[in-house]
Amino acid sequence: MSKQIKPVLRDQLESSARRGFMKSTSALGGALVVGFHLPASNAAAAKADAAQVANAFVKVDAKGGVTIMCHRSEMGQGVYTSMPMLVAEELGVPLSAVKVEMAPSAPVYINAMLGGQITGGSTSVRDAWTKLREAGASARTVLVAAAAETWKVPATECTAANSVVSHKSGKKLAYGALVAKASAMKMPEKVALKDPKDWTIIGKQKARIDTPAKVAGKAQYGIDVKKPGMLIAALAQAPVIGGKVVKVNDAKARAVKGVVNVVQIADGVAVLAKDFYTAKKGRDALEIEWDNGPAANLDSLEIEASLRTASVNPGAVMRKDGTGAADIDKAARKVEAEYELPFLAHATLEPVNCTAEIINGECHITGPIQFQQGAQYGVAAGIGMPPEKVFIHTTFLGGGYGRKLELDFQIQAAQIAKAVGKPVKMIWTREDDMTHDFYRPLSLHQMTAALDANGNVTTFYSKMTSPSVTARAFPPVVQNGKDPFMAEGSENLTYKIPNVQIENVIHDTGIRVGYWRSVSNALNAFAVESFVDEIATATKKDPVALRMEMLKGDARSQNVLKLATEKAGWGKAAAGRALGVAQMECYGTHSALVAEVSMVNGVPKVHKITAVIDCGIVVHPDQANAQIESGILLGFSSGMKNAITFKDGHPEQRNFDTYTMLRMSEVPAIDITFVQSSAAPGGLGEVGVPLVMPAIANAVATLTGKRVRKLPLLQNV
Amino acid sequence: MKLTVNGKPANFEGDPDTPILWVLRDHLDVTSPKFGCGMALCGACTVHLDGAPIRSCSTPVSAAVGKKITTIEGLPAKVGKALQDAWVAEEVPQCGYCQTGQMMSAAALISKNPNPSEAEIVGAMDGNVCRCGTYHRIQKAVVRAGKAVAGAKA
Repeated sequence: MSKQIKPVLRDQLESSARRGFMKSTSALGGALVVGFHLPASNAAAAKADAAQVANAFVKVDAKGGVTIMCHRSEMGQGVYTSMPMLVAEELGVPLSAVKVEMAPSAPVYINAMLGGQITGGSTSVRDAWTKLREAGASARTVLVAAAAETWKVPATECTAANSVVSHKSGKKLAYGALVAKASAMKMPEKVALKDPKDWTIIGKQKARIDTPAKVAGKAQYGIDVKKPGMLIAALAQAPVIGGKVVKVNDAKARAVKGVVNVVQIADGVAVLAKDFYTAKKGRDALEIEWDNGPAANLDSLEIEASLRTASVNPGAVMRKDGTGAADIDKAARKVEAEYELPFLAHATLEPVNCTAEIINGECHITGPIQFQQGAQYGVAAGIGMPPEKVFIHTTFLGGGYGRKLELDFQIQAAQIAKAVGKPVKMIWTREDDMTHDFYRPLSLHQMTAALDANGNVTTFYSKMTSPSVTARAFPPVVQNGKDPFMAEGSENLTYKIPNVQIENVIHDTGIRVGYWRSVSNALNAFAVESFVDEIATATKKDPVALRMEMLKGDARSQNVLKLATEKAGWGKAAAGRALGVAQMECYGTHSALVAEVSMVNGVPKVHKITAVIDCGIVVHPDQANAQIESGILLGFSSGMKNAITFKDGHPEQRNFDTYTMLRMSEVPAIDITFVQSSAAPGGLGEVGVPLVMPAIANAVATLTGKRVRKLPLLQNV
Repeated sequence: MKLTVNGKPANFEGDPDTPILWVLRDHLDVTSPKFGCGMALCGACTVHLDGAPIRSCSTPVSAAVGKKITTIEGLPAKVGKALQDAWVAEEVPQCGYCQTGQMMSAAALISKNPNPSEAEIVGAMDGNVCRCGTYHRIQKAVVRAGKAVAGAKA
């Protein structure tokens, strides 16, 4: 998959350049180069203070202080700790001695798995795994060399740990004392990495670096940013996404006491004040005539009908094994089913916000950002400034889930700041956030399995019809109707079946769509893993036995399935309860999950979730566990209860009263186990999301005899 | 309007309908209470008014005149430390955005009842949403913090 994703940003930036957004394409030349060279702003700082050992990821100063640049956005998943862990392990410094800074937007920080400085796709640790350890090792190597030179001994006789280089004779020098000499040395690009048996940080329990600030209320999120002379903006946007202002009368808004200014930008009308309450009060007093645009009359019934109509179109073939679906009608027997998933909002608890300051010919964007280069180039285009004059400062994110990959809010803040000539913090209300999201696409999955006379699956056919996020966000990546992200969760089918055909039909419903934690894995996994149980029912096989049989030869998948079902007590459900199972591989990680469910007055109650994960090496065990738990509960919360529906082009859900959040009283018990492994790390941030709903639906089918094929489950049971 | 925030006097001259949240955040630079929903549905904005947890996004500042507003920074040292230590020990926060609100709800609970049952914890905490799903760890942290407070009292 990474090969297909890699050109995404490059293509996007090239198309920006073609449209004249960039003055030169020189930035693109270096855009995919991964190395340790310093970004320009750091290099200048490094020159000013020669006495430091520094590369793009770490600097050691003459006092021995260690600063590690965190080049991924911290949105809960723990990169603010896991990235420094990788560097500190090889640098030979205790994690507790490390200071962390958020990295700026720079080519050196590009995620090689995605082609941009993007936090997403469960790639942070996978992409950083070798790169950051080498960055630490590289700095350590020159410190050791400096000590060896000082002592006139071979470097091979020296070791480094706890910020000290030691010689076998017993001589010791602290890193700080070596910095002056080491800073003149060239850091090697090729370095030897530690033997895993010598790790003291990777795989060990380490306190999260950001926790103390977060529990003291001192961590800075985008919404907490303050600049001298800053105004706060509330933005009136068209009730229907894509709508435009026709006419605005701002007299009543300006009459609100405390309103400082009213300005119009591309996406709407901003009202500015010294506090958000006044800005919003002013905004609510605006009289705006809107042209609601092409989506003005859309409603959910029509959208669902249009999806069904589109589903008869031939799909782009994303995977074909054997003869594909060619012989499906010759089968002794067929199993067929359709599954449907709704639009979802991201609903990060921190609503969309951003601060922009244009000063001395530079634009500084500070906020909760998941895609730093996108923000840099998008803002540059949005306010007509060269990208090299746009600087991105990433705060902590109060949740991301893909919403903060989008560039709308950074551009809006910059345009408002430009219009008023002052620093501006724009804040969206919850209603703004929910009604102007890039929604997780709704989808229709049509599945057919052909069985031979013995009930073995000979052909597996899946056709998904859905809007394509990639077609909107990165159009050049979608070629011949193929969006590689749409086939996640089906293209990577782990079952060994002679004939497989996976098809996608892209259908733009007129509703704006975006990447949402685990992207299509959650959509396709619900269809695939529900359907496998339907095949088991049709062939009177045990769902676990059927899966084990179809996973023959795939030791890692079989292992997690075996462990999860053993731990959950497969076949031993208590009276009135049933177990449902699901398994998959995504983001390079194998997982299996069992849900224990009962029916209470016709409503499913989930008692316990048991998950077993094989992600290879676990870098940060406690937080790996936290990520899986978090993913499970996000998948559970959304899959049980949430849907965004449209009426006259606008979402019918506007806040947490109608788009309800999971609460403490609803949380099932959760038991998560990681498989010990020495394989390179797989992804974790999204892995927990996809399996929980098919496992629950499978248990519900066992309990009730009725298959729920549409989410949210509680509305369709 | 004369206010008392974390034990110190503060003044606010704006619209008395302004929710306490925005007075704290935008006028007094106290940003630990967070904006989540604006409708008292998520609890991210939870502060104490005379020791009782309230949703500051939906409570006008006029309601705070003559009363004490307390945020995470102004909790009594014993309770504040017990909560922060417990939240660190259980590694509760992920994105962390909701956690100060969670801790203010927990503070109100354990100040009155340092040994709450599971049902009492759920009852006190159910108005606070955590989108990262840290609920199990929050429950453990509340128990831990309550024990620390009870221990300190003894």
